Amino acid sequence: MPVVLEHLGKRFGAGAPVLDDVNATIQQGEFVALLGASGCGKSTLLNILAGLDQPTSGALEVPSDGAAFMFQDSALFPWLTARGNIELALKLADKSGSQSKASRAARAGELLDLVHLGGAGDKRPHELSGGMRQRVALARALAQDRQLLLMDEPFAALDAITRDLLHDELERIWKETGRTIVFVTHNVREAVRLGQRVLLLSSRPGRVVAEWNVTEEHRTDAGRAGELTGTITRRLREEIRRHAN
Amino acid sequence: MPIEQDTLPAGEHAAEQTSESRHITSPSLKGNPDELRDLEAGLDKLQSDAHRKAHIDWTRIILPIAALLVLVLAWQFYVSLGLKRQDQVPGPLDVLGQFGELWSEGKAQEAILTSLQRGVIGFLISVVVATPIGLILAQVQPLRRAFGPLISGLQVLPSVAWVPAAIIWFGLSDGTVYFVVLMGAIPSIINGLISGVDQIPPQFRSVGKVLGASRLQMALQIVLPAALPGYLGGLKQGWAFSWRSLMAAEIIAVGGTIGFGLGSLLDQGRTLSDMATVMSAILAILFVGILIELLVFAPIERRLLLRRGLLAGSTR
Repeated sequence: MPVVLEHLGKRFGAGAPVLDDVNATIQQGEFVALLGASGCGKSTLLNILAGLDQPTSGALEVPSDGAAFMFQDSALFPWLTARGNIELALKLADKSGSQSKASRAARAGELLDLVHLGGAGDKRPHELSGGMRQRVALARALAQDRQLLLMDEPFAALDAITRDLLHDELERIWKETGRTIVFVTHNVREAVRLGQRVLLLSSRPGRVVAEWNVTEEHRTDAGRAGELTGTITRRLREEIRRHAN
Repeated sequence: MPIEQDTLPAGEHAAEQTSESRHITSPSLKGNPDELRDLEAGLDKLQSDAHRKAHIDWTRIILPIAALLVLVLAWQFYVSLGLKRQDQVPGPLDVLGQFGELWSEGKAQEAILTSLQRGVIGFLISVVVATPIGLILAQVQPLRRAFGPLISGLQVLPSVAWVPAAIIWFGLSDGTVYFVVLMGAIPSIINGLISGVDQIPPQFRSVGKVLGASRLQMALQIVLPAALPGYLGGLKQGWAFSWRSLMAAEIIAVGGTIGFGLGSLLDQGRTLSDMATVMSAILAILFVGILIELLVFAPIERRLLLRRGLLAGSTR
């Protein structure tokens, strides 16, 4: 089921609109990178997609079961172990209460294995590195078992080595699970590295002003990828310069 | 551009795998999945904390004892200066002797046990009453706005002020004592829980909402555990208020069916102008407070903070 945004707008109180006339269609199984400078309403848009916030105008079509969400900081519950965090997500997702405790534990183990953290399940969040925490957060998001996965700059606070590694990891998991991913970032290279499509959001008000397809050619040819990164960066800077005066 | 390629898996998927392993970004990382797993395991080891061994920290025991010793010596020194009459300012040894006498008569044990029992029962009732009220007030905005100021006000109101009212309503009975204890402890536990809830990072609620928690699940599975440090602070303060209110009630309300507690002992010392008994009672009240803190609250708090990684760099 695709995600469709039609003339979507959002303003807080009587202030200037944060989002204005946002149009986009995201196909099932697609990996879309949502790019924009700070203050362009990327996070607001994600919150609306996740149902945490309501649009003030326009129409929105999202899967009826909602979306899984991954935050910029892992937002793991510090009073639970890594495994406990995932099990809680499984428990809260299980509305009918049909799952047994044992089956939840088994599923949590599988998810931990999926993010290569099979041995760290009993550690608490503060005992894990930033990259490990984000992987637990990813496993927790996957535990919700929803087709749409929203990611709000999930790797922004990580060091470069870890981020590189998590890009590979996320790509692998996306291919394995076939989720639809909307990935918000302010990093052009990250957007080109991960997305099949890059949407550029303007700032104040936020609006989709340009989009690029990242083809297989871009993925295998460094020159082409660099070219695309350059094009997108120039367009992004143009957007930012508009606010100089 | 030539890309470094490791061993290619054989089979019909080889062509597909080839294009995948030729991604230009981070080519060196694009080995087989096992390599990625090892790389991650290595990075995880490098980045996570080394396991620290638990050991007994003797300064934790020696320093408080040394501090106590210094204070007692200062007290003895002041008494030995002879500035005041000995019956008005007894020395540490006089007080110890008097306490020993009270102990051998069985009076000290009776007073401590009576007071401790009342304090603990009153405190437990307060916890049972205050916790649901606090949770509801913290979660439901109109109720919070309506009753919040009243609860804060009750916390400021000294619970001794309730003693005369309690005596009129309940007479000189245990009811009076418990009423005063409850009026002291309940508002402070409610306030502790509310401020604990207020300090929850807003993101935890967002996570709960995204994960599909119902209102009850949100309150019990997310809000309550997240607020636990603040709640524990409220419980500590609630205990302190219970203990203080209890002493006040026991000092003022003497006789009737009210048993013999530490406050009663204190009042008896006053009527007999027996300063050594008064000092014994004061010190007993103080030490019961310290013991409860050391044996009950400190270990729970330490464990709680340790498990959440909040103890690093603290002076505890």
